[in-house]
Amino acid sequence: MKRRNFLATTGLTLALALTATSAAWAQNATLKIGFVGVTSGPAAAWGISNQRSMEARAAWLNELGGVQIGDTTYDIEIVPFDDQKDPKRAIAGLEKMAQDGIHYVVGPNVDDGAAAVRPVAEQNGIMYFPYAFPKELYTAPASNAILGMVANYQSGPAIYKYLMENKGVKTVAFIAGNESDPLSQRDSGAAAARDLGLDVVSDTVTYQMDTTDFTPVLLPVIQTAPDLLVLSGVSPANAPQLIRSARELGYTGLISTETAQDAAVLAEGAGELANGFISVGGASTPELASDAMKEFVTRYTAMFGEYNDESNTKVYALEYIIETLKANPAAIDNVDEFKTTMDTFEAPNPFMVGDAKLTYVGTSSFGQKRQVSVPLVVNEFQDGKFETLFVAQVD
Amino acid sequence: MEQILANGLYLGAQYALIALGLTLIFSLMNVLNFAHGQMYVFGGFVTYTVVAQFGLPFIVGLIASAVVLAVMGALIEKFLFRPVIRRSKRDESTMLLAAGIAFFLDAVILLLFGEKQRGVPKIVNGVFNWDMRLIMPYDRILIAALAVGLIVGFILFMQYSRTGRAMRALAQDRMAAQLMGVDVDRYSMIGFAMGAMLAGLVGGLLVTITGINLGMGGPTSIKAFLMIMIGGAGVISGAIAGGFILGMMESVGLTLLAAYGDVTYLMIFITLMIFLAIRPQGLMGKPWG
Repeated sequence: MKRRNFLATTGLTLALALTATSAAWAQNATLKIGFVGVTSGPAAAWGISNQRSMEARAAWLNELGGVQIGDTTYDIEIVPFDDQKDPKRAIAGLEKMAQDGIHYVVGPNVDDGAAAVRPVAEQNGIMYFPYAFPKELYTAPASNAILGMVANYQSGPAIYKYLMENKGVKTVAFIAGNESDPLSQRDSGAAAARDLGLDVVSDTVTYQMDTTDFTPVLLPVIQTAPDLLVLSGVSPANAPQLIRSARELGYTGLISTETAQDAAVLAEGAGELANGFISVGGASTPELASDAMKEFVTRYTAMFGEYNDESNTKVYALEYIIETLKANPAAIDNVDEFKTTMDTFEAPNPFMVGDAKLTYVGTSSFGQKRQVSVPLVVNEFQDGKFETLFVAQVD
Repeated sequence: MEQILANGLYLGAQYALIALGLTLIFSLMNVLNFAHGQMYVFGGFVTYTVVAQFGLPFIVGLIASAVVLAVMGALIEKFLFRPVIRRSKRDESTMLLAAGIAFFLDAVILLLFGEKQRGVPKIVNGVFNWDMRLIMPYDRILIAALAVGLIVGFILFMQYSRTGRAMRALAQDRMAAQLMGVDVDRYSMIGFAMGAMLAGLVGGLLVTITGINLGMGGPTSIKAFLMIMIGGAGVISGAIAGGFILGMMESVGLTLLAAYGDVTYLMIFITLMIFLAIRPQGLMGKPWG
């Protein structure tokens, strides 16, 4: 008797649970958005801030009841894949996304990964949002990649010009890690500096990405006594050590980079030696952040324990995907529709104060709109936090 | 030239300390500990947590790193390596286990300490500047001195303590040591704990200079293997020599070859290949193991 009761109770519980689960499933459809990027190794901070930004925003939207695209309301599911900064893994990641029927992917984070996945994306109808700068990814005949941030060849000249006019910079030296991204950023940065009339006194010194002591690496660069030292494509892990070593070697000039950095990392790694360090910041510094951005930071911190300033930029890609799909629901499984919509797309920017808009830009740089519009915010690190140096707009 | 030598000695001191732990484990157990770099990173994060998060003095952080890593090493030896060595005579079993532990520790580090680069404030301010010919921050000088002190302490311990002698006997001939009454399991565990502790101590020392992040483990292990290949695997003096040689080669290459791009490690690898072709057992290793 007892056994019969137990079976009946278990059966009833299971039936109820299944009904409840089915009901929950029936509430909203699921829209899967992929992330393929580096979430392990020395550059993990780049990809993890991407993934966590997407997960924090998705959780928030789902909590609000989901996202309505056309007549259907979707819960957003983020499908992550760690490419370990390896192009072969990046290809495997995008193939996995294709197998899962995913049409919109954020990433990869680096040049070679973004270039490697291009054939997979084009063959499988996937739009992807790399954080990589090679122009051929965004110029015709390529059409599936959308640059997720401001490129160094857009921010570099603006920074150098500002420093020439406001700080009297005349000579510049470049140092880069021995990898494709930093090297290409160094080359384009040096070319831009020469075009502006700056004297490039050093642009051959490179370092291994796993360097732990930058003093010997920097010594020949510092001996050229540049007014400005550019850390081309520097990762958040290496920036504090490079700044610290340069200052300890007696360098008193300006130091800048065109990559996004994290204030807490700079404060811990270089302390007051990082004061005056210029970097390209996220699109939502305190002066620009809307209440929604502030809530995003709060939610991100609650979910993951600590905010990452790089997410100020990386919060945008998912928003662009969702808002563009809202503007044209037919694009949900048809990227050609997405591409058509991009040309005229415009939506309010929820993360900035004022009447800022989400639009696609890039016509000047790529001949077509293949870049998300985020303001070019140039920051200066001072006493543990970023202060906005100037803001510009990119097309 | 003075600057190149000083940089080389500074790098050499920290490298030698990293290599010591690895070579100790190898000599005692014939285990290539691929997780050595991850242990170094773990030690750095422990010091970071104690100093930067809890606000305790640096020396407390350093001691905490040593203790945590020693306990971790002892547990890894007792519950992972010992059963595998007992059941399998194949070297690749322990190599696979070590590689697995490296991946596991990477995941644990990411979960516990996050993805960001971490660092603690400078423990000594100021820079030694000898007429612009030799520039060396005081904290680097202190860390190098501490590293040299630890190396000397380790050598004395191995030379004169009962435990050190037992471990040396074990390294020379495991069977003979066992027949002479050396408790193999006990001293293997102590040796592994000491090796891990050394890795943790270097991580703790260097978190004040280079900072720490979860991606540093693999490259650190590779450099440590380079050092013991140069000096001779399983030989303590060889590990020290390998560390200083690699540090000096790096310093000289980075300064003299800077104009040719990042070719320093290319040259080091070419040199190492030629050297190993001539002397595969390293500087101080024996051809028979």
